[in-house]
Amino acid sequence: MYGPVLWRFGRAMDPWPEIQRLQQEMNRIFSSASQPYGQEFPAINAWAGEEGMVVTAELPGADPEKLDISVVGDSLTISGNREAEALKAGESYHRQERSCGRFTRTIQLPFHVDAAKVAATYERGILNVVLPRSEAEKPKKISIKS
Amino acid sequence: MAEDKKDMVKQPAATPAGTERTRARRVFVPRVDIYETSEAIVLLADMPGVDETGVDITLEKNILTLVGQAANGARAGYSLAYAEYDAGDYERAFTISDEVDRERIEATVKNGVLRVVLHKAEAVKARKIAIKAA
Repeated sequence: MYGPVLWRFGRAMDPWPEIQRLQQEMNRIFSSASQPYGQEFPAINAWAGEEGMVVTAELPGADPEKLDISVVGDSLTISGNREAEALKAGESYHRQERSCGRFTRTIQLPFHVDAAKVAATYERGILNVVLPRSEAEKPKKISIKS
Repeated sequence: MAEDKKDMVKQPAATPAGTERTRARRVFVPRVDIYETSEAIVLLADMPGVDETGVDITLEKNILTLVGQAANGARAGYSLAYAEYDAGDYERAFTISDEVDRERIEATVKNGVLRVVLHKAEAVKARKIAIKAA
């Protein structure tokens, strides 16, 4: 009689995953208390409108030719490369604070995007991606019959 | 990308003690790279949202001040649903030494990156010294 009960008890009460999850959750709460925003690169802002969304990202010094923007269903992926200045022999950095290297970021949107109508512009170091909502998901006004 | 993730967030700029800014906008310290070539010192500053009309560079005594005014990111017909960065201005100052030629400071802005080239004065440029045979 004991066997199956203990076995079940052991499985259900294994505290380790639960403690780990709690620890992760606490870390997340306390680390985000001092940092109001996420630290993924690039930082994005999302603007919501009736037709869909506009996602803007701060990408100073990126080469617009090499930025790769793709939309699949309801996810938007921005990837690219920020190259460091190529120094010649004898040149040296006094300070190097700007980050460089490859980056990629995927954002999930609250709706499916009409991929054919997505438009992106890059000016002043800011990327703007206009994401129209797909026709099938646009809200429909329902009239009430008397 | 950056080793310390804190570095990824724009840092607000300090004001001199007891003063306030007249413009009600946030001001950030732009991240800067500075490198030295044999001819010049080149300064690159990340200022997303700034174009050539919004940059103001002043040199007073030996303090070089870079100010960038960014366009307001607000969009008509849209409301901000999620934000990871604030639009704002940029400000940072550096002291420069006498080796910079004050008359020849060039600046350009491209893709939100300000590039300031501080040419070295003729007197301090590295010279190759030929050794004469005795």
